[in-house]
Amino acid sequence: MDDPNRREFIGTVVTTALASVLAPGTARADAASPHSPPGAPPPTLTPPPDIPVALTVNGTTVRLTLDPRTTLLDALRESMHLTGSKKGCDHGQCGACTVHLNGRRVLACLTLAVMAQDQPVTTIEGLARGDTLHPMQQAFIDRDGLQCGYCTPGQIMSAVALLNEPCGPADDDVRECMSGNICRCGAYPNIVAAVQDVRTATARG
Amino acid sequence: MIGDPVSRVDGRLKVTGAARYSAEWPIDNLAYGVIVQSTVAKGMITAFDTEHARSSPGVVAVYTADNAPALPDKGRAAMKPPAGRELSLLQDRAVRYNGEPIGLVVAEKFEQATHAASLVRAQYESHTPLIDMQSALPSAYPYKPNINGSFPPATQRGDLAAGLAAADARIDATFTAPIETHNSMEPHNTIAQWDGDQLTLYDSTQFVYGVKRFIAKIFGIPEANVRVISHFTGGAFGSKGAPWSHVVLAAMAARALNRPVKVVLTRKQMFGLVGARPHTVQHLKLGARKDGTLTAMEHRSISSTSSFEEWVEPVTLATRLMYACSNQQTAHELVRLDVGTPTFNRGPGESSGIFALESAMDELAVKLAMDPIELRLRNYAERDPESGLEWSSKSLRQCYSLGAERFGWSRRRAEPRSVRDGDAFVGIGMSSATYPARRAPASALARLMPDGMIVVQAATHELGTGTYTIMTQIAADALGVPIERVRFELGDTRLPENPISAGSLTAQSTGTAVHLAAVALHDKIAAMRGDVTTIVSARDLVTRGGGQPIEARADAKPGDEQKAFSMHSFGAIFAEVRVDASLGTVKLSRMLGAYGVGRILNPKTARSQMIGGMIYGLGMTLTEDTLLDARTGRYLNADLAEYLVPVNADIPEIDVMFMDERDPQTNPLGTKGIGEIGCVGVTAAIANAVYNATGVRVRDLPITLDKILGHTSFAD
Amino acid sequence: MHPFLYTLAADEPTARRIAATDPAAAFIAGGTTLIDLMKLNVEHPAQLVDITRLPLAKVEELPDGGIRVGAMVRNSDLANHMLIQARYPVLSQALLAGASPQLRNMATTGGNILQRTRCWYFRDTATPCNKRDPGSGCSALHGQNRIHAVLGASDHCIATHASDMCVALAALGAIVRIHGPSGDRALPFSIFHLVPGAHPERETALQHGELIVGIDIPRLPFATRSVYLKVRDRRSYAFALASAAVALDIRDGIIRDARVALGGVATKPWRSQAAESALVGKTAGSAAYHAAAMAALEGAVPRARNAFKIELAKRTLMRALARAGALA
Repeated sequence: MDDPNRREFIGTVVTTALASVLAPGTARADAASPHSPPGAPPPTLTPPPDIPVALTVNGTTVRLTLDPRTTLLDALRESMHLTGSKKGCDHGQCGACTVHLNGRRVLACLTLAVMAQDQPVTTIEGLARGDTLHPMQQAFIDRDGLQCGYCTPGQIMSAVALLNEPCGPADDDVRECMSGNICRCGAYPNIVAAVQDVRTATARG
Repeated sequence: MIGDPVSRVDGRLKVTGAARYSAEWPIDNLAYGVIVQSTVAKGMITAFDTEHARSSPGVVAVYTADNAPALPDKGRAAMKPPAGRELSLLQDRAVRYNGEPIGLVVAEKFEQATHAASLVRAQYESHTPLIDMQSALPSAYPYKPNINGSFPPATQRGDLAAGLAAADARIDATFTAPIETHNSMEPHNTIAQWDGDQLTLYDSTQFVYGVKRFIAKIFGIPEANVRVISHFTGGAFGSKGAPWSHVVLAAMAARALNRPVKVVLTRKQMFGLVGARPHTVQHLKLGARKDGTLTAMEHRSISSTSSFEEWVEPVTLATRLMYACSNQQTAHELVRLDVGTPTFNRGPGESSGIFALESAMDELAVKLAMDPIELRLRNYAERDPESGLEWSSKSLRQCYSLGAERFGWSRRRAEPRSVRDGDAFVGIGMSSATYPARRAPASALARLMPDGMIVVQAATHELGTGTYTIMTQIAADALGVPIERVRFELGDTRLPENPISAGSLTAQSTGTAVHLAAVALHDKIAAMRGDVTTIVSARDLVTRGGGQPIEARADAKPGDEQKAFSMHSFGAIFAEVRVDASLGTVKLSRMLGAYGVGRILNPKTARSQMIGGMIYGLGMTLTEDTLLDARTGRYLNADLAEYLVPVNADIPEIDVMFMDERDPQTNPLGTKGIGEIGCVGVTAAIANAVYNATGVRVRDLPITLDKILGHTSFAD
Repeated sequence: MHPFLYTLAADEPTARRIAATDPAAAFIAGGTTLIDLMKLNVEHPAQLVDITRLPLAKVEELPDGGIRVGAMVRNSDLANHMLIQARYPVLSQALLAGASPQLRNMATTGGNILQRTRCWYFRDTATPCNKRDPGSGCSALHGQNRIHAVLGASDHCIATHASDMCVALAALGAIVRIHGPSGDRALPFSIFHLVPGAHPERETALQHGELIVGIDIPRLPFATRSVYLKVRDRRSYAFALASAAVALDIRDGIIRDARVALGGVATKPWRSQAAESALVGKTAGSAAYHAAAMAALEGAVPRARNAFKIELAKRTLMRALARAGALA
């Protein structure tokens, strides 16, 4: 365990953490930080205006006006009400926001919406054909590859992408290829079974 | 019907993205709230600087202790743990842990609110915090109130000293576990919307009625004015059992601004603000005769809590009933740290306590040169040794024997390091598991609708546990209709009241209410000489009755049987590990859980739930460790890249066995609840397997490679 | 996240011109590091120059037998490229050991070279960190430093370099190709990344306005016998506690040439020429591998919680060498 009395942290005496002296909008102001960040770049006093962003999601092109900071995930969830793509960590560490961009699985939380223009986006809402579920969706139900359901859209988007990736045939290969999608409920064995069911059926068909 | 492996009735909603979690309700004119957190662990805020945040584009309001609406009794009106927590509601300037909410920024857009929150500045008069559990141990003090309101904090039976003196073999060991953070995949979130004096909360919770009561008290408004909706909760594991600060802050801001406000915690904010399994330091003493008979057991637990709330991890409860031993002492102590308040986490109490007890039992078996299962059978408790009551049901003996047989226990070599496969030592271990079978009052309404559908309502919760599915099955079973004819509705305080979905309560409590309501509806229809078996006949019946739904309500509550029997689930966990002989990495290669948990309503979802519990236990065993900086109290690995929950590649085949058990006492359905026990015993089973593989006994969770690599008895 | 101006660069001259004129501009491609750190307010460029449209996504053979990889080649494409798998299996393995399939579909070769540390103090703006906030102090030195570096550290910074790909590229002696305001440069991997010394905020030799356009991997026939081994707390989707990238040229049982680099234990991708020297001329086998491991960790400095990494790195390296040695 740590020695609590190190020099660079103030010990027993009462101390005052300084307020930042930065100007508003300065690009290096840290949340309630006691340390004034030096060497800040020139302040951007007026934030850049919202920008037009055209996204093609599940075959439909939608024109939005967005803050440039908007991620693809927040554009989907907050602006387009396509809430199937989930925000689990917002830092690329859980896979709940997995969507297909140009047919490849990517993380919508680390993708700026403005950078996803002119490329087809597929989300979980775009997987079924009418009332007919994608075989992977059906396999997840059949194998009970889900519990709370929050990671499920990301799992399924990963699993569908995996079908076109060089993933080995063994269960261990699927486990590795599906490890970018965290499931806290622990549906992993059933997810592997669902993926293998679809791969087997695809190979047969 | 009941007992059929029915696929989840909400499966389609979940696999298409159509299931609506609370942050996903489309609400007009929604504003986004982002919590500002302290950057010191202990002290007072001397000044806020919110000017830059206020003038940031899109910002609607910035709340701090300087200007936040005053709440009755300074926000403590509902404080009655665990249902109502001491929260951080901007009512004063005290800072009690690092990362504590000290402000809320509300803006038109999420991006604007997030940025503006980073511009709020605070000045502190700060004090040196107490963070480190080991250095805080001398300050431990006995926990005095009853645990969970009903269990004495300390127990004594027989004569411990005499029992230890009479022993041929003794174990005296200390087991530690770090703070374990739940990390449900869905972050905590709330949308608060006022319509005049009526408040609607869309909240990710395990307890809609609990939130309703708490919020009403906090704001000093009638309970009738608060509605809480939660149709899907994206995992909880105990962390959404009580409302935390963000719920109140969202409602506070929404009221002040007269517009709906959404607050979603960041992943980082899920460390500290919303509870965690506390640190535990457990001292175990066991004494036994040569034949394995336990002569003495002492279990003292010290767990961490916050500086502002006494929350105790009920660690030793399982020890009191697990084995027939006449000399025993148990006790709970607390250490106050400058961290967030802990809370229930999957298998609360038992997950930590059984780790120590069943590791110590393994050590005792080694010392006695006995088979670990044989040692447990030698001390098998035929009735509850603490209360003297009969068990309502107990199949632990079968769990041991059938589990051992299926797992291949007889092939185990007792001598560590005696099985080698390539680069790895292979070992197997086992543990017992137990969790109380509890029940609480619950109500349900069953209605035959004009369209011939049967709608059953109960304000319970879907956390991934399969509630929608099993309640549908229970109702359909009682009414003799296919499940497609039943629609179950939950998660809304307009529906009949139900208890918290925690502590394995739901199947027992709500399940019974749903069963009784459906039976009552069935009887009512029968009295009308009606027939609901086809949709046409059902429609006719409603039409004949005047077109109004035909309904029946049931209010179910536990009775005297609760006092006449000791009610618990039991299980036996078997684990096989491969420990790299050079690198010390531990790979779980097989696991089996054999359970006697009462009647299984749906073997498909039940199996999933047990597997999920075991995987949760695997994380607790091998990787999870909430790291704090001992000097500042900052939560360091507060994300999913450094706080390591299991990923798919960590998980081998996991086998689940359910004993054929239908408890005659717990409730009319014979269930005992299965949500918690899956996590219990996994840790000891794996730790014991690691010992069997390597000869290294790790008593300090998590079992990371450095603890094996650095061990003197471990060398390639 | 702080506000920024977004600019899509249609071509390389445009991208470089914008960057050169705005000292607060940053290039963005995969975004997997930059967006993450911008959300933490650790990075706060005033302008993002989107370079994803630049035609830098090719993998080409060089006349001398080496391979040229464009900066925009995504990690998954590089890992699965036939030429890489055939000639530099260590690189393919390192890429596949990193992050997750989704992140590998996003992350680019150029971006991964600039991947930043996972030190939790660096990532928390409320704590002192010399790398993020020069002169503020190193919180890790006497803090929670189980994941920190034992090689190449200083009293100012002990943060570990996080990339797996870079460990393999260090072993392979890759060349970083850079276009910049003052001309084009080609920097050997060994001098591209900097150890922290007194200036942990300086991580690479890249100057502002310079653009990584790709890497060249020199011809190295014996790299067909190469291995990347990564040891971590979780079996996937986790950063290395220790890793080793090795290649062995073994003829008649004698090691003629060797490449060794370590990851997870050093402040930069850590090529160990000492380990390579310890191997060359020796009989392939555990004695030589052990000597190499001792040489590689010579001078390693443990901190309160990461001393185990020294032994772990040795054993990881020995295991990787043994695996490479056992390849046909």
